[in-house]
Amino acid sequence: MSKPSTTRTLKVDALARVEGEGALHVRIRDGRVADVKLKIYEPPRFFEAWLRGRKYTEAPDLTARICGICPIAYQMSACHALEDACGVTVGDPWRALRRLIYCGEWIESHVLHIFLLHAPDFLGYESALHMAKDHGDLVRRALQLKKLGNDLVTLLGGREIHPINVRLGGFYQVPTPAALAPLAERLKWARDEALAAVRLTAQFDFPDFDQDYEFVALRHPDEYPLNEGRLVSNQGLDIAVREYDAHFAEEHLAHSNALHSTRKARRHYCVGPLARYALNFDRLSPLAQAAAQEAGLGPVCRNPFRGIVVRAVETVYACDEALRLIAQYQPPERPYLEVPPRASTGYGCTEAPRGILYHRYRLDERGVILDARIVPPTAQNLKTIEEDLRQFIPSRLDQSDARLTWQCEQAIRNYDPCISCATHFLKLHLERE
Amino acid sequence: MNPTGWLVIGMGNLHRSDDAAGRWVARQLVADRVPGLLVHECGGELAGLLAAWANAQRVVVVDALQSGARPGTLRRWDPHAQTLPPGRFPCSTHDLGLAEAVDIARVLGQLPPQLVIYGIEGNRFTHGTALSPAVAVAVPRAAHRVRREIERHQA
Repeated sequence: MSKPSTTRTLKVDALARVEGEGALHVRIRDGRVADVKLKIYEPPRFFEAWLRGRKYTEAPDLTARICGICPIAYQMSACHALEDACGVTVGDPWRALRRLIYCGEWIESHVLHIFLLHAPDFLGYESALHMAKDHGDLVRRALQLKKLGNDLVTLLGGREIHPINVRLGGFYQVPTPAALAPLAERLKWARDEALAAVRLTAQFDFPDFDQDYEFVALRHPDEYPLNEGRLVSNQGLDIAVREYDAHFAEEHLAHSNALHSTRKARRHYCVGPLARYALNFDRLSPLAQAAAQEAGLGPVCRNPFRGIVVRAVETVYACDEALRLIAQYQPPERPYLEVPPRASTGYGCTEAPRGILYHRYRLDERGVILDARIVPPTAQNLKTIEEDLRQFIPSRLDQSDARLTWQCEQAIRNYDPCISCATHFLKLHLERE
Repeated sequence: MNPTGWLVIGMGNLHRSDDAAGRWVARQLVADRVPGLLVHECGGELAGLLAAWANAQRVVVVDALQSGARPGTLRRWDPHAQTLPPGRFPCSTHDLGLAEAVDIARVLGQLPPQLVIYGIEGNRFTHGTALSPAVAVAVPRAAHRVRREIERHQA
């Protein structure tokens, strides 16, 4: 006699510790995962349409408003794409300053996620607040570390949220070496704290969950990627940024206000710390490599739950790289290069903390934006998050609804999703039939 | 050295309309030239807020509020005696708003010994730099309340 079909429904009406508003719906029928939908209901913000008709010089500041966590990423991708359109290459020392401000954003974003958003999952707390009751010193040091990232962004960007000092060709004002010197002292402390974070997170209990991802990230001939490089994958992709549209597609799904990205004629792919790390381990600084090896990571990590350790390794790198950049800094004679407009299309892609952020702009001869395309990292990871859940849930169906729900939320937080960017919060519905 | 010994922190995002109400109150107090008063503006980020009031003994924080009350309504809390309603202060990144920041500071032993929080009910939190009319009217009223609060403690 066959068993009657059974339905089990789990609902979480507010998935916490992610940025933005959305919901996850999981339907389990007769003990199998029938459907997983990451529903993004935060309204789309139509930034691309808003950019049409604006001056090309406005794009870095306008797109920085898309996200309060990673405004530098938006500014950097916009600058590179527009400079590409105008045929201008911006080298050192402006290039070094761009890497330096990006290090600040990586530090603040990664530290926020490691300690305040994701560590509570592994240490068994509902939130950073609950964790702080038992791990006060940890939270205190995390806040100091994050503050350093904020201060680096503020010094170079003019203010911490929606910085205003970045412009095409460079900066409105550049710092003196004396202004950077106090940050160097704090960065040495921060680097030690980041190393301690690698050791701490490496001890967490991780589910056995290695996945066969196609990792996509930038790769640069000499350095761990932030602003520049070719787009590469572990499955043969190796293209210039301007070829992005020929290889990647976005599709609109009825359940989501965010577009979902795929590799054309292939499948979902993974961007972010795991991808960068796997494709660029040899470009990390020796200290960051040694920290990763001590943490038992190996040159490739396929377990998204271990992403917290990779973020800590990248934080070590960001501190190390910032120190190198400050030590070598020679202020430019002028804060920026002129970027005269021309009728053309430009492409830019940089490594936001959550992964590659692609911008494309078409300009007329006066520099008016005719059209714009922006593909944020979370939109590129949405299908991978859904696929992770399809793989993750079946072996855990015997668990209670509460436990399974908690683990699904944790699996989503592995990606530090920024739904505000992708549509620009998350409710979870787990339905068992 | 500030004679009044008070620090006023105005919080919010200047590009999110009424979210910046607290910062406009801070600017009003600067314009009013309250002698010796320290005024600080803060984007609303946890680490920045805790750093801003580190070592301060007497602090007033002003922030926008989203509780469903009439726009421009002023509310006052003493976090040492009351719990702030979570999720009512919209200025946050990754869900760490003022109420959560106050709770974390309390757990970490980093709450100023004297702390007063004023909330101004906002109406519009969309992109933009202008306050909605009811909130624009509430800003000088809130600045006046903060001044009276400080004067009362000094008396």
